[in-house]
Amino acid sequence: MVVVGAPSHVLRGTWSSFRELLSQREMLDLLIRRDLKARYKDSALGFVWSLIRPLTQLAIYYVVVGQFLQAARGIPDFAIYIFTGLTAYSLFSEIISSSTGSIVGNAGLIKKIYLPREIFPLASVGSALFNFMIQFSILVLATIVVGKFPLTPDLVYLLPSMFVLVVFALAFGLLLAAVNVYMRDVQYLVEVGIMVMLWASPIVYSWSMVRDVAGSSPLLELYTNNPVTLAVLGFQQAMWLGGDGTAAYPEHLMLRLLIAGAVGVVLVLIFHRVFARLQGNFAQAL
Amino acid sequence: MIESPMTPLSPPADTRPDVIVINDVSKRFVIRKDNSLKERLVTLGRLGRRHREDFWALRNVTATIKAGTTIGLIGHNGSGKSTLLKVIGGIIDPTSGSVSRRGRIAALLELGAGFHPDLTGRENVFLNAAILGLSRKETEARFDDIASFSGIGDFIDTQVKFYSSGMYVRLAFAVAVHTDPDILLVDEVLAVGDEAFQRKCLDKIRSFQAEGRTIILVTHSLGQVAELCDRAILLNRGNVVFEGPAHEAVAQFRDILEERRIGDLSEENAGAPVEVPRVVATTVHARGKGVGERVEHGDDLIVTTTFHHPGLSPEWFGAVQIDNSAGQVVYGTSSRLLGMNLSRFTGEWTLQFTLKDVRLGTGKYFVNISMMDESGRHVADAPQAAAFDVLYYPRAVGTSYLEPEIVELGAAGASR
Repeated sequence: MVVVGAPSHVLRGTWSSFRELLSQREMLDLLIRRDLKARYKDSALGFVWSLIRPLTQLAIYYVVVGQFLQAARGIPDFAIYIFTGLTAYSLFSEIISSSTGSIVGNAGLIKKIYLPREIFPLASVGSALFNFMIQFSILVLATIVVGKFPLTPDLVYLLPSMFVLVVFALAFGLLLAAVNVYMRDVQYLVEVGIMVMLWASPIVYSWSMVRDVAGSSPLLELYTNNPVTLAVLGFQQAMWLGGDGTAAYPEHLMLRLLIAGAVGVVLVLIFHRVFARLQGNFAQAL
Repeated sequence: MIESPMTPLSPPADTRPDVIVINDVSKRFVIRKDNSLKERLVTLGRLGRRHREDFWALRNVTATIKAGTTIGLIGHNGSGKSTLLKVIGGIIDPTSGSVSRRGRIAALLELGAGFHPDLTGRENVFLNAAILGLSRKETEARFDDIASFSGIGDFIDTQVKFYSSGMYVRLAFAVAVHTDPDILLVDEVLAVGDEAFQRKCLDKIRSFQAEGRTIILVTHSLGQVAELCDRAILLNRGNVVFEGPAHEAVAQFRDILEERRIGDLSEENAGAPVEVPRVVATTVHARGKGVGERVEHGDDLIVTTTFHHPGLSPEWFGAVQIDNSAGQVVYGTSSRLLGMNLSRFTGEWTLQFTLKDVRLGTGKYFVNISMMDESGRHVADAPQAAAFDVLYYPRAVGTSYLEPEIVELGAAGASR
């Protein structure tokens, strides 16, 4: 006989929900498809809309920050630079914002049917990854057009960077999705947080500008070791050839990324336990 | 266990394995009055306790459900039956206690839960089937059956937001019954749809029963419980009041409803000092038996009722009517139909109706009394002035009782 509901033992609980999720792969796949299909249904441009937003952002930052504020002077291939950072950051922000709303948005299902509830934040990760892929292929296309396709060993930075982004976004996505059920303020807080995080990472300016202001103080370390900053730097290292030789990167970027990845995995485990503890009352709190 | 007439084939209960064990389950709901971050912070800690209220939806519920049985969960609104069903389905966790189960479970708490309005019928079939536990391959294999069972034809590739509510429900039900659960949880879904659709639902439930699946049914229709279920669990304010054969649980539940109704009535009548014509008291019993004893077939029913009229009454008629628990009129007669002229009176006046040779089906019946003037206008009414129960007869179901007898005539045509 199987006991209904989540077991309370820490490790066994995580393991059994992992196994349960694995058995629901098809369900996850269908939910991701549903999200993607339903999002732009009945709109004439469809998926083009998912590109218009980042491209507009790119145009604004390129003109305002790059030309008017003259940030582009110290940064060669400024458009590629910004778009690399934006691509990385939009993966993170989309996972966080859509998984925060995922439990509340699927209230109809959660109140009526038992599914492992982790599946809804995970579906958000899936559809965000899909959008990321589109945006990333535009980025690759752009590098080819400019004639600076990054075929260098530095491409290896892509993997740990993406891993760090997804793992941290998933960890906080799980936590925020669960807390949002009980306090709807969270979703507004997340909007603000995402805006702050955009400017707290070297996306429209360069890391060396921060270093020049802060010097090599603990403050700089704090800024640099923000996982989003590390991942954005990793993306730039891999995809942005303009800075080769001239641009500055923090020391041991790869090591930092790997450590951040490990911390992220631990966070996922911890926040998943919080999620599992809170999910028992989802159906009645919604 | 006394077997209900609809399921005579089920084997004795004790030999079958348990599929669901509910062990001392309690569920507390905390009702909070502060829901935003600001209010939470303001009322943090000791103050916060004043802003919450505890409500026990279930208290120490223990029950065991055997494989292949059909169980009805009954009780009035707010008695905790839907909560219990959700705990069994894993949709909410109990505050204390545990539920264990065996086999694949499908919860039909709402038809079409998880339908996405912007997706087509076809896409929703796959999504909904996956939610109910079918793999993609299994769904593909059954897709044609599902589509033809639902009968929505070419609309299958239309977005479901354009469906009529009937098509929506039909498609949802088609998906639900084509999943292959060992345990089926059903909550009031049988109450929707037209009569033909309801019959389809009931037929499907019967075939599930015949296949030996376990069904847990929440419903307000006591007739359905008596008809479909082997056993029933009666809940009242979160406690199990009774667990046992369905017809006994139904009888007990009717008693509870009756007590509540009388309680409501006496409260209503408390502040009405104005003198109007009224029915003072009514009793009903079988000849030779006390009030409240069960009525057997062949008994003569004696209804005694006292009217009160403040002044001299007009020419009048007295009427009695018997309703079953569903409110359907089973029987009615009056002094007018008998061609009697009753005497005019002042103050109190008592009539006695004798209804001979009662042959009603099992269940609870209510006696309504009316006083009418010459034109048929009701002067005084006493709806459900008294009630009686008819003994359980296992040989037939329905409102009336006819003694059945079956003779086998063999192959068709042979005896004609």
